[in-house]
Order: sequence, then C-alpha cells, then structure tokens
Amino acid sequence: MDDLLADFLTETSESLAELDVALVKLERAPDDSETLSLIFRLVHTIKGTCGFLGLPRLERVAHAAENVLGRVRDKVLPVTPDLVSTVLAALDRIKDIVAGLAATETEPAGDDATLIAALDAVAEGRAAGAAAAGIVAQPPEAAPEPAAEAAVAGQTIRVGVDVLEDLMTLVSELVLTRNQLLQLARSQENASFAVPLQRLSHITSDLQEGVMKTRMQPIGNAWNKLPRLVRDLARDLDKRIELVMLGAETELDRQVLELIKDPLTHMVRNSGDHGLEAPAERHAAGKPETGHISLNAFHEGGHIIIEIADDGRGLPVDRIRAKVVAKGLATEAELAGMSDMQIQRFIFRPGFSTAAAVTAVSGRGVGMDVVKTNIERIGGTIDLKSVPGHGTTFTIKIPLTLAIVSALIVEAGGERFAIPQISVVELVRAGGARQGQGDGAEPMIERIDGTPVLRLRDRLLPLVNLNDLLQLGGGTESAQDGSVHIVVAQVGASTLGIIVDRVFDTEEIVVKPVAPILRHITMFSGNTILGDGSVIMILDPNGIARATGIAGGSEARTAEAREAGRDAAGMATASHTAMLLFRAGGAEPRAVPLGLVARLEDIPQERIEFSAGQPVTQYRGRLMPLVPMAGALDMDKSRQSVLVFTDVDRALGRDRCMGLVVDEIVDVVEDQLRIELTGDRAGLLGTAVIAGNATDVIDIGYWLTQAFRDWFRGNERGGPLQGARLLVVEDSDFFRQLLVPALSAAGYDVTAVGDAAQALRLRDAGVMFDAVVSDIEMPDMGGLAFVADLRAGGGWAQLPVVALTGHAGAARIAAGREAGFTDYVQKFERDALLASLRQCLAARSDARLAA
Amino acid sequence: MTEAVLDRAAAETQAAAQEKVFVTLTVADQLCGVPVLGVRDILGEQAITRIPLAPHEIAGSLNLRGRIVTAVDLRRRLCLPPPAQGAPRMSVVVEQGGELYAFLVDQVSEVMSLPASAFERNPPTLPQSWAAYSDGIYRLQGRLLVVLDVGRLLALSQDG
Repeated sequence: MDDLLADFLTETSESLAELDVALVKLERAPDDSETLSLIFRLVHTIKGTCGFLGLPRLERVAHAAENVLGRVRDKVLPVTPDLVSTVLAALDRIKDIVAGLAATETEPAGDDATLIAALDAVAEGRAAGAAAAGIVAQPPEAAPEPAAEAAVAGQTIRVGVDVLEDLMTLVSELVLTRNQLLQLARSQENASFAVPLQRLSHITSDLQEGVMKTRMQPIGNAWNKLPRLVRDLARDLDKRIELVMLGAETELDRQVLELIKDPLTHMVRNSGDHGLEAPAERHAAGKPETGHISLNAFHEGGHIIIEIADDGRGLPVDRIRAKVVAKGLATEAELAGMSDMQIQRFIFRPGFSTAAAVTAVSGRGVGMDVVKTNIERIGGTIDLKSVPGHGTTFTIKIPLTLAIVSALIVEAGGERFAIPQISVVELVRAGGARQGQGDGAEPMIERIDGTPVLRLRDRLLPLVNLNDLLQLGGGTESAQDGSVHIVVAQVGASTLGIIVDRVFDTEEIVVKPVAPILRHITMFSGNTILGDGSVIMILDPNGIARATGIAGGSEARTAEAREAGRDAAGMATASHTAMLLFRAGGAEPRAVPLGLVARLEDIPQERIEFSAGQPVTQYRGRLMPLVPMAGALDMDKSRQSVLVFTDVDRALGRDRCMGLVVDEIVDVVEDQLRIELTGDRAGLLGTAVIAGNATDVIDIGYWLTQAFRDWFRGNERGGPLQGARLLVVEDSDFFRQLLVPALSAAGYDVTAVGDAAQALRLRDAGVMFDAVVSDIEMPDMGGLAFVADLRAGGGWAQLPVVALTGHAGAARIAAGREAGFTDYVQKFERDALLASLRQCLAARSDARLAA
Repeated sequence: MTEAVLDRAAAETQAAAQEKVFVTLTVADQLCGVPVLGVRDILGEQAITRIPLAPHEIAGSLNLRGRIVTAVDLRRRLCLPPPAQGAPRMSVVVEQGGELYAFLVDQVSEVMSLPASAFERNPPTLPQSWAAYSDGIYRLQGRLLVVLDVGRLLALSQDG
C-alpha cells in the first residue's frame, strides 16, 4: 500500500475514534467551544487530506459534515440530538469508506446523495429530524470494522505490533536463560562471573519491564467506542443512560485488551438493554430516571479487575428459574437447593437469554456464555452480583499479561506440573481416608464408592487425584503419614480440589503453547521451562474440571463466600476488631468479638454437674449454667473449653454469668469485621471473612437467652434511667445487632439507624431522645461531621453524644471532644458504654434540675 | 565416510548431480537416514519431561536452548522393542511447521552423501511398520539404509 495512503488511514481512524467521543461530549455540553473546535478541526483535516489524495467520495461526505459543524461553530445552528445523530451518521459513512479503502486501496462505490442532502438540510436548518431519522435507521453495527482502527493513538512513533511481539518473545527467552544462569551460579562458589551476572540479571529485569510497558495500553482504548454505543442505545431504546468510566488509564497488555474489547462492549450493551429500566419504570420504582452504567478498572495483585455495574432492575431470579426449567438445564428440585446467586449464574450457560423479547440490540441468547468463554480463554474469571431492584455488577478478573504468569509448582507421580496462580484459591493439607477419626484439626478425605471428597469448612469439595487423572502410575496419597496436599482451584463458579503429592514454590513462568501433536490433551494449557532448565507442563484447571465432569454451577459456595466478603466490604467498619476464634460442633471456625467475652476457662469434666438436666458448674462461688454450643456436652472429653460471659452491674445489683461450651479455642485475631448477615440460622449472626477464612460469627444474644430466658428482659426495677430514650447511629448491621439488645437490656428505649443522614432526618422531624450513641467511622457522613452538625443547632444541640470507635488514641479522643462528643467509648466495651451513658444522663438531669 | 567414498566411486560421475545428503542413525541395529537439510541439531542424552496422556510414541519434551522440543521415541514409533535399560539415547532434532521435534534414536553416526543410483523403492515385503514411514532404501556396501520420512513420522494419530 502507498505509504501516504497508509498514514492517512491510520490517522483518520484515530481521528474518527476521537470524533465519536467528542461528539457525544458535545451533545451533553453544547456550549463547550473547545470540544466543538476540536471536532471541526478533525473533520476539516479529514476533508483536506482526502482532497489532497484524490478521494472524491470521502471528500464530499466530509465536506458536508464540515458545513454543518461550521454553522454550529458560528452559532447559527444549535446543537441538537438530531444534528449530532446526522453528523455521527456521516462519520459512520466515512468509516465505511475508510474500511473499503483499507481493504482495496480504492474508494468503494456507493451513493451518498441522501446523506449529503440530509447534512445540507441540517446545515440550512430545515427538516432536520426526519432526514436524520432516515439515515440513522441504518444500524451502525452492520458496518465492517475498519481494520486500521486498532492502531495505537498518541503522539509517538509507530512500531508494528509484530515487532513488539517478537521483542516480547525474545525478552521472555532472555528471562528464562537468565534464570537458568542464576541457578547455575548458585551452585558455584565464588564464581568470578557472579557480579556481572547480577548486573545482567538487573538489566534483564529492567528490559523485561520496559518491553512489557511498550505492550501496555490504557484500558480506555477498549472503552472509547462505548460512549457512542451507549448514546445510540439510549436513543434506540428511549432510555436515559449515563455512562461513568473510572480507571480508564489502567494499563494492560494489548493482547489482553484486544480480547476483552468485544466482551466488554457486549456487557455494556446488555446492561443498557436488559439491566436498566425505561424512565417511567424507574420513576415508578422511586429511582432517578437516568440510569447509570459504570465501568471501573483497577489493578489488584497482578490482575486487572473490571467492574461493569448498572443500577437497573437486577437479574430476575424467578424468570431465570422458569427459563432454566423450560430449557431443561436443571430440574425444579435442583433449583430448590440453589441460592439466588447460583441461579443467576445460569445466564453464563450457552443459549441463555432472559430478555422477554429479542430486541435489535440484544436478547439473542448468544451473549453471556460467549463473554464467559472469551474471558476464560485468556485465563480470566467472571462473576456477578445482582440485587433485585438495585442493579447488577459483573466483575471480570483478568491477568495483566498473557506472556508471563505466576504459577504454583506441584508434584504428582514423580512429575512436576505448574498450576496458574489465578485459579488457585488455597492449599489444604488433608488427612488420608484410612486414618480414622482425627482430632478435627485436619480436614479428612472421605470416599463415596471410591470417589474422594473433602469436608472443607462444612462443605463437600470434589477431589481429583492428579496421579490417577494423568495416569502417572505413582502411588496415591504418597506421604508417609497418609496426609496429602490439595490445591483448591476455582473453575468458573465451581471449586475443585486437586490432590498432589508435593507443593513447591510459585514461579513466574512464560507460557508456551504445546506442540500441535499434543493439543488434543485438554488437561494442559501450555508448557514452559523452569529456572532449572527443565520442561514442565502447565495444568489447565478448566480442562481438568471438564474431564472430570465438575464444570457447571453446582458448587458455587466458595465464590459466594468471596462475594460475601466483597459485598460486606462496603458496610464494614474500617477498624480492626479483636475476634476470638473457636470451633464448636464442626470443623469450621466460629468467632465472637473478644470484648464480649469475660474469661476463657478450661473446666475439668468432674466439676460439671447437672441441675434440672442442664449442665452447670460451680464458678467463683456461684452456679454458672453451661450451654454447649454443639447441642450436647461431649462427656468423653476430660476438660471442657468454656467462654464465660458475665453481666455485672453493681448499680443495678445484677451479677450473673453463663458459660458457653465450645470444642476448642483456636486463636485470637485482629481483623476487619466484614459481616454478611444471614439471619436464618439460630445462634449465628452471619458469616464474616476472618483471617482469610469464612467464619461464622455467633449471636451472643441468642446463647445468653439459652442460659437465662430473661437475660435481656429489663428486670431491674426502678433504675433511675428506666425508659431513657437512646438513639444509636451505627452503619454496621452487626454492631447494631449487638448494641440494641445490650442497651435494651439495660433498660433503655433504643432506636437504631444505619447512618447519620437518617438520624438527622429524625432530628428534623422533631423526634426527641435523651442521648445519642454514634459510630465514628461511617460512610458518607462520619461521626465527627455528624456531631458537629448536631452541635451547630437544632433540637439535639444539647444532647449528650457518646462516640463509639475502634481506635481510642488520646489524639482521637481530643479530636472527638473538639467536634462535640460528650464521651468516647471503645466498641464492644459494653460496661464502659453503660457507665458512660449513666454518667452523661445523670449530668444532664442534674443540669436540668439546676436550670 | 569410507562407505560414501566407495559408493561414489562405484556410481560413476553422473551420480554426483543426484547425490542426496543424509544424517545416518541407528535404531534397533537398523541403519536409517533422514535428509540433512531437515535436521536442526543432534543431541546427546537429554533430560526429558514425561507428558502424561500423550500418545505412546511421545517420549516427552526437552529444553533445547530455551525452546521446548517434543521428543518422539523412534523405537516406539516403529513398533520396535524398548532399548536395553540404561542404554544411552541420542536425539535428532527436526523442524516442522515452526515446531521442533526430537527423534530419540540409539545412535547417530555420520552425514553421508548418497547417489541416486543406490536408491531403491521399498521392497513390497517390507513390514508395514517400516513401510509406512520409509521413502525407500539405499544400498550401501555391506548394509542397507532406510530413508525415513519426517512428515509421516510426525503425523501422529490424535487419539493417543
């Protein structure tokens, strides 16, 4: 191809991409003269260049478009959606012609008379609407993608992508060779080449980084078509859609970028079409008429996370359920055992589409499964979370680059294998099946008709023995003590345990495709050379799952647990909380805030007596009821671990305690408390991720009432504070649930709200309280701002306000008092809170008396 | 090279134009040859990584200066008995379709120029396991050389 023409094509493609974005921007902000002149300049350049190159058809279209824009710039014409649509139609035509040019080097034949007439009409300010409608009816998707459009934008030199690819391959080889050299050098004492080798090593690393950088492109490059797409979509569907794009500058490998472009486009289109409701429907649901689609990209540990979220109607579980049954993908009985999230994941199955009607935009049922396949092909994962009425969020996790990945090296049957780190969830050491009942510290492999499964945190994990699967012929479960290593791998929504003999380190590997004569073995995704120079096969967990028939949506709870962790992150308090971890009635850990536990005791079996069928023990001169958390006491144990809870209130003459019997006290950890409320299991508040494990947080209130039915009844008579009205402002459901019963028990009349805004609404509505207890760390409006607002005026300006906080440093206390808090109390310090409240209220009533 | 020299003497002058050059190798005492132009490397004993589930003929893969080479055991490919325990094996590395493959053989000897006059088609009685991969036979002094077809040797059935 003629160099001039080639340059023109690349440049024009870039300009066109820029124009799309700029025009949509202009439509939203018609007065933006800077955008307007940018558009004018770009169109003018296209026109000028094609005149120079002798491309008459292109020139005529560009000229007509330029006319329209010229009149807009001269403020003769206002910017209207119709005008923008007509200009966009002209741009589409230019794109078509450019695509033809790229393919054949001559302008394709075609008639632009209608389009030019429409443009002229718009330029003269007449019959704009009708003319535009006629042109826009031609779907832009039908146009062939201009080949040159993928070219990199920017004010830099152009290098062929193949040159970069070659460079990358060479650097990968160099890295491997360097690794081999380093390994060799390690075995040589005081080798004279050690120092230059170090230098070589550094330079190689820098070079690798540099070359990787040349391949990196901002993800915004994959997004730049989306504003236009969303705009057209909104117009076609008569919806109001605003597209928010965050993290467009996040960079990733261009190869990955190319591969996720289409899935992303598809998903945004889906969100607009299926996810968001029509303005009327949104209005009826009490939502703003304009729906939002947000794209958010960010780095996270060697991966890129892309979130596509809409605030639409959410995935309709009922309709998916009906469709699943209708399509025979699962039976009613199977569905009954699934959570909503598992059912929603059916949208990733082939041939599934929930749109009641097939629209021009989407709903043909070839959507999400293709998206999922494409993403999995590049080693990524996709997950979704949907709240009915509040929208759907898709989360895509993809590797930064396909060239170098981190992999876990394992051994089975005397051979080493690499497992890509992205699919490894955790490593578990498990006892062998023949070992008998252990002490519960190690999960056990059990067998159903020879098929191994593992109880992992109260769930069954399907296991695959790598030795058997790959027919390695080694002894199974080879470790001497009968225990084995299990690599828990994530395959789509399911998890799978891979039994291996040994687990080595992780290593950065360069993935190389396997030879064509081995491609039929689906168990491997490639092979590579390790630092020691040996060749190693890379396992493909997807292939393994397929080979064993595990793939599918039946085992999605691990993903769900992770989801829960993410989910709750929004409502979690930022502070760390000391949690006591223990086990009771199962292998999975349970937790209780340490602040609630008075003491830990180890009570010998012989000191446990029974009173009216209930186990009790003499404890500090009194009888303490014991409540076994597992339901019954294990009489075989010589000592029982007991968590002692006390309720001492000298002022009220109350002093009692109860002991919660657990199997084993595991640990005390400081962690952020991220709770997902479930509320459906008696005695448990919900599940939190503590120290990296899904942990049940127990509901102390429930267990206390097991010992004393009236534990929370306000049985103290005539206390001076009887009936004092308290407002609790606390964003965490968990803490609210703890505080409310505890304060109610002390005789207060408690109202609890989830954020400062709700509290202020109560104030403005004239509701009166005697005191306020408020969290410090809250989203939107923090405790300090809240109290400042209270003190600034209104009915509550004089109220005592007690702050609850995770951190109570002197400086913070000073800042709190400065802002207007009456007192400062550590979270979970129940007694301290009650004492503080009593003090505050007493002072207040004294003050009132004095006044 | 003695054989080659003697052969050439016997084949007279016009053969020179039609000489072909082969790398000769031995597998289970049979002398074989592969065209020298297709050969990329000759390797001694190598560490070979087994590839589970691969076809029986695939011995595994090895690292040749940073490139991964798939090794095909020529004895298995030709349905010959396995070599004696501990016997050293050598590899002939060939390239096909941009990929490198190594044939594991018992011994690699010399490079020979062989005249067309010494070439014969496969005798019809040649066992099928050889005939399937042989292009023909060269008559050398005192022994026969089977010309192996690399392409057909690598056309492994995919059902392993």
